[in-house]
Amino acid sequence: MGASLPASLTLALTLLSGAGRARAQSDLVTVFAAASLTEAFNELGRRFEREHPGTRVRFNYAGSQQLVLQLQQGAEADAFASADERWMRTAQEDGLLAGAPTLFARNRLVVIVPAGNPARVSALPDLARPGLKIVLAAEAVPAGRYTRQALDKLAGAAGFPADYAALVLANLVSEEDNVKAVATKVELGEADAGFVYRSDVRPGVARATKVLEIPNRYNVIAAYSIAPLRGSKHIALARRFVELVLGDSGQVVLERHGLTRRSASDTAAGRP
Amino acid sequence: MLLCLFALPLLALLFRVPPASLLQRLGQPVVLEAVRLSLLTTAAATCLVVVLGLPVAYLVAMRSFPGKRMLEALIDLPMVLPPTVAGVGLLLAFGRAGLAGRVLAAGGISLPFTTAAVVLAQAFVAAPFFITTAAAGFREVEPRYLDAAATLRAGPGFALRHVLLPMSLPSLLAGAAMSWARALGEFGATITFAGNLPGRTQTMPLAVYIALQTDLDASVTLSVLLVLVSFSVLVLLRWAPGRLASFRARAPRPAS
Repeated sequence: MGASLPASLTLALTLLSGAGRARAQSDLVTVFAAASLTEAFNELGRRFEREHPGTRVRFNYAGSQQLVLQLQQGAEADAFASADERWMRTAQEDGLLAGAPTLFARNRLVVIVPAGNPARVSALPDLARPGLKIVLAAEAVPAGRYTRQALDKLAGAAGFPADYAALVLANLVSEEDNVKAVATKVELGEADAGFVYRSDVRPGVARATKVLEIPNRYNVIAAYSIAPLRGSKHIALARRFVELVLGDSGQVVLERHGLTRRSASDTAAGRP
Repeated sequence: MLLCLFALPLLALLFRVPPASLLQRLGQPVVLEAVRLSLLTTAAATCLVVVLGLPVAYLVAMRSFPGKRMLEALIDLPMVLPPTVAGVGLLLAFGRAGLAGRVLAAGGISLPFTTAAVVLAQAFVAAPFFITTAAAGFREVEPRYLDAAATLRAGPGFALRHVLLPMSLPSLLAGAAMSWARALGEFGATITFAGNLPGRTQTMPLAVYIALQTDLDASVTLSVLLVLVSFSVLVLLRWAPGRLASFRARAPRPAS
């Protein structure tokens, strides 16, 4: 009995890791994608499975920075979709990609407030009022970085105080580790306002919140890029998934989920 | 083999940063602030757990009543529940829009995103460790001592203070230390219920997680610190009861 314990443990581990590998050698495509792509990519995954019978698509959604960390530590995946160019560049510099990344969508920042609007926030300047509870994504999260850039742009604009960014950040009550968590805290009515992507205002969130738009001039538009990964065991399928995302049918899906499709100039540039 | 599984990750953490620079990194503001906040909140959470947990432990150990098994299961629940579930539950109960939260809000109290919320989250997950250990300690006190106290016309309060509590002291301390260690490591309930803000709600485990994405060295420094502190507590727990017992043996009988 004593001798068989390590043996059975080894067996269990072999079975566990073997099960994963056996699947990977059949047609399982693993896509690491920014959390803000969850709804759109879930739909694209189902479409991909329909178009490629026998193939399964599995997603790992997290903050882009978290995904790069996992890839650097050797996580096996076939494609990576990042919510910002910085983390895609990091992945590229670390030799994780199998080809240049391609810009496939944009996403704009919006402010959401709970439907009940307990703090009576009716316009962006209200966010500087002391005592508000504002939730943002942490600075390492692309959405968090964009939010801080947008606040800097708004500071001093017509109707905004010069120290607008500092005033808003003074109301910060939590730095969430991904942008979905920001939406949740506002949806639950715990925060008075939060900065999220347009695509995060999915039907459930839309019912429980009101959206304040940030004018284009001050908005920081996230640029999403995708690339097949070098560690991929079925690179052909990975490339086909990338094609789906870039193609017309894929772009329509992205648009329906609140993302902005890539423009003609993006296509010409070919990369972010 | 299991030992390797336990020890290797710890060794890997320790080897990642040389001790000299570890000390230097301890001075980083993000590290210092997290350590300060962790010490403050875990001390408060442990006090809360002991004060509120003692009567519950007494009830469970010394009395029998209908529904006792249900109560015991309820007490153990936070130990097996994913902490994130605890956080969601706390949010829906004590959040601004939550069940009890609405009453609190009427009184001008809002818990989420505050240091108090951190304490509450820690107490929630740590309480079972104290209650279970304390109840076990109470059960070990032989009834004849309590009977003797009663024969000598000591009231229940007197017996509690002079017989039951002193005799189960090692268990109470062990339970408090266990729940303190659990509170120190609390992550999921905290980030869900209290959020993450340096200096206010970002305790050491949260700082480890967030720093992992921006400052790996700070993250490892805090990790090493957490490993060392937690391990010390557990070692102390194994070493101290014997000491306490021999100390009590030498001390004059408490109720004399």
